[in-house]
Amino acid sequence: MSRIELQGINKYYGDVHVLKDLDLVVEDGDFMTLLGPSGCGKTTTLRVIAGLEAPRRGILSIDGVKAADGEALYNMAPAKRGVNLVFQSYALWPHMTVAENVAFGLAIRKTPKAEMAELVAGALKRMRIDEFAERYPSELSGGQQQRVAIARSIVSKPRILLLDEPLSNLDAKLRVEMRSELKRLHSELKTTVVYVTHDQVEALTMSTKIAVFFEGRLVQCGSPKQIYGNPADMRVADFIGNPSINFVPCVASVDGDTMVTDSELGRLALIGIGARNAGLYGASTGGAAREAAPPSASALSGESTLAIRPEHVAVHRTHVPGAIEARVYSAMPAGSETLIHCAVRGRTILAKAIGQEEFATDQKIWITLQTDKINVYGKSSGKLTLGATA
Amino acid sequence: MKANAASPDGKARTGRPPRHVPFMEKAKNVTISLLSNPYNVISIVSAILLIYLIVVPLGEIVTTTLKWQPKDIRISPDAIPGHFTLYHWIEMLTGKTAAALLYGPLLNSLAVALCVSVISLFVGGMMAWVVTRTDIPARKFLSFSILIPYMLPSWYKALAWITVFKNDRIGGYPGFLQAIFGINPPDWLSYGFLPIVLTLSVHYYAFAYLLISSALSSIGGDLEEMGEIAGASRFQILKRITFPLVLPAILSSFILTFSRAIGTFGVPAFLGLKTNYYTISTMLYSSVRSRRTVQAYILSIVLIAIAVFTVWLNQKMIGKRKSYATIGGKGTRRNFIALGKWKTPILVIILVFIGVAVLFPVGILLFQTFMLKDGIYSLNNLTLHYWIGASNPKIFEGEAGIFRNPAIWAALLNTMKLVLLASLIATFVGLIMGYVISRGRKKISGRIIEQLSFLPYLIPSIAFGAIYLSMFSQRRLFIPALYGTLALLVIISVVKYLPFSTRSGTSSMMQIGSELEEAAVIEGASFGTRFRRIIMPLAGKGFMSGFILIFISAMKELDLIVLLMTPSTSTLTAMTYSYAESGFHQFSDAVTTVIVVIIMIVYLVSAKLGKVDMSKGLGG
Repeated sequence: MSRIELQGINKYYGDVHVLKDLDLVVEDGDFMTLLGPSGCGKTTTLRVIAGLEAPRRGILSIDGVKAADGEALYNMAPAKRGVNLVFQSYALWPHMTVAENVAFGLAIRKTPKAEMAELVAGALKRMRIDEFAERYPSELSGGQQQRVAIARSIVSKPRILLLDEPLSNLDAKLRVEMRSELKRLHSELKTTVVYVTHDQVEALTMSTKIAVFFEGRLVQCGSPKQIYGNPADMRVADFIGNPSINFVPCVASVDGDTMVTDSELGRLALIGIGARNAGLYGASTGGAAREAAPPSASALSGESTLAIRPEHVAVHRTHVPGAIEARVYSAMPAGSETLIHCAVRGRTILAKAIGQEEFATDQKIWITLQTDKINVYGKSSGKLTLGATA
Repeated sequence: MKANAASPDGKARTGRPPRHVPFMEKAKNVTISLLSNPYNVISIVSAILLIYLIVVPLGEIVTTTLKWQPKDIRISPDAIPGHFTLYHWIEMLTGKTAAALLYGPLLNSLAVALCVSVISLFVGGMMAWVVTRTDIPARKFLSFSILIPYMLPSWYKALAWITVFKNDRIGGYPGFLQAIFGINPPDWLSYGFLPIVLTLSVHYYAFAYLLISSALSSIGGDLEEMGEIAGASRFQILKRITFPLVLPAILSSFILTFSRAIGTFGVPAFLGLKTNYYTISTMLYSSVRSRRTVQAYILSIVLIAIAVFTVWLNQKMIGKRKSYATIGGKGTRRNFIALGKWKTPILVIILVFIGVAVLFPVGILLFQTFMLKDGIYSLNNLTLHYWIGASNPKIFEGEAGIFRNPAIWAALLNTMKLVLLASLIATFVGLIMGYVISRGRKKISGRIIEQLSFLPYLIPSIAFGAIYLSMFSQRRLFIPALYGTLALLVIISVVKYLPFSTRSGTSSMMQIGSELEEAAVIEGASFGTRFRRIIMPLAGKGFMSGFILIFISAMKELDLIVLLMTPSTSTLTAMTYSYAESGFHQFSDAVTTVIVVIIMIVYLVSAKLGKVDMSKGLGG
């Protein structure tokens, strides 16, 4: 249970600037996921919070106490921060048994024997690995090793639990199982969790908040719903969501409270600029890159890009009013859903339909768009100019 | 102006200007972090020690050769002791004695090293190919016994050679050939170039064998099979596929053999000095013995320069090509080439070779220890006197048999102390260096330590001994005069073996992921706890293997310590040398036998216990 605050953190590896002016607040009890492609600085951020790396500039405080100050060359020892870390590789000590691994930190802190045994047994039980206490890590499966690593990190009841891509070495089925396990652990322990992943599904399903990183910068920070519904720029929009979002170049103009876009999808009227953008400006929920005031009408006009999620594209077998004519380029039924690549005037739009739908290649179809969910981005800035209706 | 305005792309270079923090606060925090993170302390201490033990001595010998020495006043009226002069270099390079002191020995050294490299490469390369690539029987036995000659001191073969081929030129007892067959071997067969080249080749072929066989076994069988599918004949496959792939290893082993052979001392001393056949290393030895220090230093610099040049050549030629030496298909499946009717002849040739290189020399030396009088090969001449006999004034100045000889027991004790201490300390230091290097891969400190710890590799053992002899014969700073103490022998051995112990320590450390240590940092374990509880237990196996390699190298070491010996610190190898020098052959052979037995026991035990990677021990 702890609040973490990073102010203007800058980190370099040699000449490489890996964290650039990072401002981020992790509130007490948050499950904060740091999300981004590899090399974006998310793991470095985690290591700065853990104290394994010292920032060159900027201040890190935990519960209002300064834990690192780049300018003052101050870096509090990791063990004094009340944090614990689960490594991507688990980093279990191969020469110690499961119980010894879990007890190591308690022994360092000179916990009395009886209490130590009780705590270790409790942690093992919680992770449901008590039967393996006397085994060595090499005698366990990947999933069991993962549980040992988590048991080791929670046995000392840290205020903050840091997890570095902990599920990336597990197979798909185990991963889904561990996700729910971790989510449950978070609600039981009420610990502040910082979780690093490049898997956006993991981020969306587990977090209370997501911070999206690109090239060493924090690009957006918000709830999974905000991040998915209103990605702050095109990189985030492209990164979040599977299958990925459709981008269609357009020219936008503003007519009162309505944005009108002309594109290969025809003329679309996106109504309610004020209401759609109301939540995007002014409020600050964690140092995301947001402008202070709503942009003027002229800033919203001009060359732009429409961003449409596949599930907001509906496919019809017969003509319906307002529909756009298209052809099936290819259809891919996948059990619970069907993905349809639709060719519209030389552009391919991806649509997602629920259930098993069968289409013939080159079959003529009609598509309609859920215009209140469409995002618009400025072409040159790549920034969000029109949000989706909440 | 525009210092903090904007970078070309129009964005602010750094979002915010750095905050100002008082100097005292920074200083306090830096001190705390330096002290709490022993990595820095260890790297600084190691760097200082390495500089003091390696760089300073090197600098010192260079400056000494450029200064007038006190005793030079007698040879030159201009001499002002301590002042700069090129006199010594000019005299050495162009003076009347240059041919005898420098160029002659230099030519001899180059000729010996070149021939040894060629022969070793051929013998070692062929054996490597036969053992790794063909269906030769008894593969395991062969790969073990092929390395035995290398495990034993190079000069024991020289002793055996003398025993067999000794002629009457220098008087004394007759050699085996003369005594039995009445043949008086010519000088060129008894001493000098030919025997030196042959005995060294029988030692150094193991270099080529180790390097080439490990390159060969990393080539996947599929690469050769592909050639077969393409219709190439067996010889074409060898020539067009296999050979180019191991070419880097071949070049490398040639150059490494050359750089080792050029500085070697024991063999040319035993086989060359009697006929005044000098190499640089034996000339260096006699310069030191006759107190011509500057001359010895210049010879050391020449040896070091040659070693540096060959290593540089190695890096230059192999650097880029090395990469594909380890590439190759999957090295798992191996298709052995059928030798067919050649199988038996080849096996016999190898066995005979091993017999000549190992069994025969050991046998003849052992036999000689039982001969009361040299050169009389009859049954009633046999005795156990040299092993267990009491002192008898009529035999070799009353020297008692080695098991009753207090000097030998003292030397054995010294040897065991020296070898155990040196290999323990060297291995431990190697682990620490390995820690600094592996954890500091991206830091300057790691690279500096890595470079420094490699330096002793470039200094031939005999030159190293000469440097330490003068450096530690007097009190220096906080170190008392160490000449004549075991401590000096331990220090020089640890420093000389540093390149090997560091290499093996680094590879052990690389296998311990830094995350394993970080996980302990998170739990609040101090550096000491981490080293004791995490690193040492995990590095244990590497520690053992490094320890045994250095143990064997130190056990047979002569070149490094021969100049530093005093009666009270004499070791078995030094005893051998001094017995041989004074013509007490039975004694030197008996002591050699003891050394060989100890080494063989260690080699056998370590081979039984587990995997000791001999290729990491390409030391002496």
